[in-house]
Amino acid sequence: MDITLLVSIIVVVALLAVGGFFLVRTRRSVTPGKEETKPEVTGEPEEAAPEEDRERDAGTVGTPPAHAPPAEEAAPAPAEPAAPEIETPPPSAGRMVRLRARLARSQSSFGQGLLTLLSAKTLDEDTWEEIEDTLITADIGVTSATQIVENLRTRVKVLGTRDTEEVRGLLREELLNQIGADADRAVRTEPHSGRPAVIMVVGVNGTGKTTTTGKLARALVGDGRSVVLGAADTFRAAATEQLQTWGGRVGAPVVRKEEGADPASVAFDAVARGIEDGADTVIIDTAGRLHTKTGLMDELGKVKRVVEKKSQVDEVLLVLDATTGQNGLRQARVFAEVVNVTGIALTKLDGTAKGGIIVQVQRELGVPVKLVGLGEGPDDLAPFDPEVFVDAILG
Amino acid sequence: MFETLSDRLTSVFSSLRGKGRLSEEDINATAREIRLALLEADVALPVVREFISRVKERARGEEVSKALNPAQQVIKIVNEELVEILGGETRQVRFAKNPPTVIMLAGLQGAGKTTLAGKLAKWLSDDRNTPLLVAADLQRPNAVTQLQVVGERAGTPVFAPQPGNGVGDPVSVARESIEHARRNNHNVVIIDTAGRLGVDTEMMQQAADIRDAVSPDEILFVVDAMIGQDAVNTAQAFLDGVGYDAVALTKLDGDARGGAALSIRHLTGRPIMFASTGEKLEDFDLFHPDRMASRILDMGDVLTLIEQAQRTFDEAEVEKMASTMASDDDFTLDDFLQQMAMVRKLGPIGNLLGMMPGMGQMRDQIEGIDDKDLDRIQAIIQSMTPGERANPKMINGSRRLRIANGSGTQVSDVNGLVTRFFEAQKMMRKMKSGGGMPGMPGMPGTGGGNKKKAKAQAKKAKKGKQRSGNPLKARQQEAEREAERKRRQEEGGQEMPQLPPGLGGGQPNLPPGLGGPNMPDLSNFKLPKK
Repeated sequence: MDITLLVSIIVVVALLAVGGFFLVRTRRSVTPGKEETKPEVTGEPEEAAPEEDRERDAGTVGTPPAHAPPAEEAAPAPAEPAAPEIETPPPSAGRMVRLRARLARSQSSFGQGLLTLLSAKTLDEDTWEEIEDTLITADIGVTSATQIVENLRTRVKVLGTRDTEEVRGLLREELLNQIGADADRAVRTEPHSGRPAVIMVVGVNGTGKTTTTGKLARALVGDGRSVVLGAADTFRAAATEQLQTWGGRVGAPVVRKEEGADPASVAFDAVARGIEDGADTVIIDTAGRLHTKTGLMDELGKVKRVVEKKSQVDEVLLVLDATTGQNGLRQARVFAEVVNVTGIALTKLDGTAKGGIIVQVQRELGVPVKLVGLGEGPDDLAPFDPEVFVDAILG
Repeated sequence: MFETLSDRLTSVFSSLRGKGRLSEEDINATAREIRLALLEADVALPVVREFISRVKERARGEEVSKALNPAQQVIKIVNEELVEILGGETRQVRFAKNPPTVIMLAGLQGAGKTTLAGKLAKWLSDDRNTPLLVAADLQRPNAVTQLQVVGERAGTPVFAPQPGNGVGDPVSVARESIEHARRNNHNVVIIDTAGRLGVDTEMMQQAADIRDAVSPDEILFVVDAMIGQDAVNTAQAFLDGVGYDAVALTKLDGDARGGAALSIRHLTGRPIMFASTGEKLEDFDLFHPDRMASRILDMGDVLTLIEQAQRTFDEAEVEKMASTMASDDDFTLDDFLQQMAMVRKLGPIGNLLGMMPGMGQMRDQIEGIDDKDLDRIQAIIQSMTPGERANPKMINGSRRLRIANGSGTQVSDVNGLVTRFFEAQKMMRKMKSGGGMPGMPGMPGTGGGNKKKAKAQAKKAKKGKQRSGNPLKARQQEAEREAERKRRQEEGGQEMPQLPPGLGGGQPNLPPGLGGPNMPDLSNFKLPKK
């Protein structure tokens, strides 16, 4: 049985590989079509840009400035259906301070290491190599690390700098470049043309999707929005209850079905409910799935397609765990292909992990990090600010 | 990205062909490639450095410079070193002299502790133990409920006196659970703790308190196979904070290469005991170091491929697949479609190819394949009539246009598919007639004995089939010839009576026993000698 299996599988796969020849050809002839679709993807944020400007004024999660008073007024509003002890989460202001503090605590050793390296009098071969190694240790990846160091070297040579402060500034700039400081990082949570904004949260198992969904809902409620949650994770034991707990805390209704129900139908119902209730934002929590499971990825694609029958999906957030290594890039690639990820939420950044993988993801896919998760506390979610991130890294 | 270590090394060594031995420079170049491969597999940097220096040491030795194929030899060294670090003694669960045996799980958030607890309980009860699951994760919302559901699925009772969601003291829950287990005759207690970070001193203290309260026989550090360079810090923090006896690696069913396994083993010396490879409670087993080594090096993993296939297909499907391969009929588009659908069940095609050893040369083409292209192929084939599928040669220009319109593709796509299919068909024919697989280079001489054995078996199987195929054909031809002869004789027999008696000669004089029936017998007898 084993042997026949092995032989036949090898044969078929080899065949498919030969098939690869014609695929390559097919691809070439298809490329123009593909290119046509690409601008669409990039075009999306542009269209949405004015929206985000409005958002900024309204003080969403996407922006640090405080709008505390409206939040306090608005928070009791969604409270009608739910339990009496609904918490009034603090608005998004002040989150940046926390981010800074946490990053400073957890990542200073990395920055320190870099500084000592850079402050060495002569920048010799070993020093450069060590800088590269330090970057690699932050999960930035060999290719990105090499490129950062290469660029830094060239610039140091060109400018003839030996001054530590200046070199440090150059490194900061270089890191910022890699992360892409100019990317648009606002989460599209603003309702548009009478419809709620629809956010889908996707990712592999155990990265913190449900927690991020809960925190995001809380932050939005804190900013005076009404939120509907869709518990489309019908697979994992008690995932719906977990989301229910989050929703209950802030008084956001949770649309749910029994375990094993079709996630697409839950998502659809959640969006329908959001439209009916006139909610501002609908957040759909999906089940964790490894990107290698084709069946599950197809299911995810279906969830999105079904939701799109009701309303456009404004934001697909891929939740990446900061501890993830190089596999994060593969995850991002597959998820981007299936559901067209528009933003990344980097979680568990409060640990020792640096989350350097986002550098590679941003470089290759151009998908910006929009949110960072900083711990288990209900308010430990902050917008991602590349400058703060890099500054905190450099110490 | 998709390059494997063996591809890289092959390219490094290709410039050395003809040179008898490796120079220092060659070794350095090799070392750089190995370093890159390991780093991309998320092996921690300090571990990589040490590892490289060991490999270099050995590569300078006699064994490499004398080897016929230095690339293969170096890979072999790397593999051996990896297995050595990962392997060591494979450990079983230590059961306490006085039950209950207490197993405590600890790890980061989202590593998969609760799921692993369920799997472990199932695994243990399959071994005739009576485990008890203890819900000591009172932190995460509804972790307790999750464990209860998991426990139900695993058929294991769950001890959960506290509702969780931030309420209750996990230490006292753990303490009480031991009593509870003793009273109810559970011989193993599995304590699921909350996920915690290495830097969170408060939570680490709590974990240490739980440990002190129950004095576990085994503390398992649960870690996600996808973890990156941070594995080192986390592993060390947990070792200092709670301490652990062994490691359980989860989410190995993804395509993460799992270099963390190597880092943790190397730095802490703690063995990796369990590997969890799926979402179902049965997807759990002891850890196999040799497979992990190939995986880290991305060298292809035939054993895993077979296992995966066995899980996915039932026997009938496999038999059907094998019979199409072995049959003398020409390979048709229908067969191709069927088999493509089956293979696709195994996962994304790129992954599968990654598991096949020696696919390096095809990598460029493979990289271009994504599953959507396969969908397109499927659409094209399905737009053909059954006749066209069985005999693609009949597909002429107008048929091509129809197919292209039917499948939403271009005529050139259909052309491409058809011409390439003929090539594939040719390849199949060659293979059936024993030509071997063109474009399928031999497997790298690595991966321990198992793989080699598998290969040898595969070879044998192939040879057997070829031999049995030819006699079959021969027999068939014989049968045909025989039938023809018979027919001729019968015709002859019929003709005879029509012959005028005068011309009949001695024929009528023949005794009745020596008629037509005798003749076929004779020919039958003679034929094999021919």
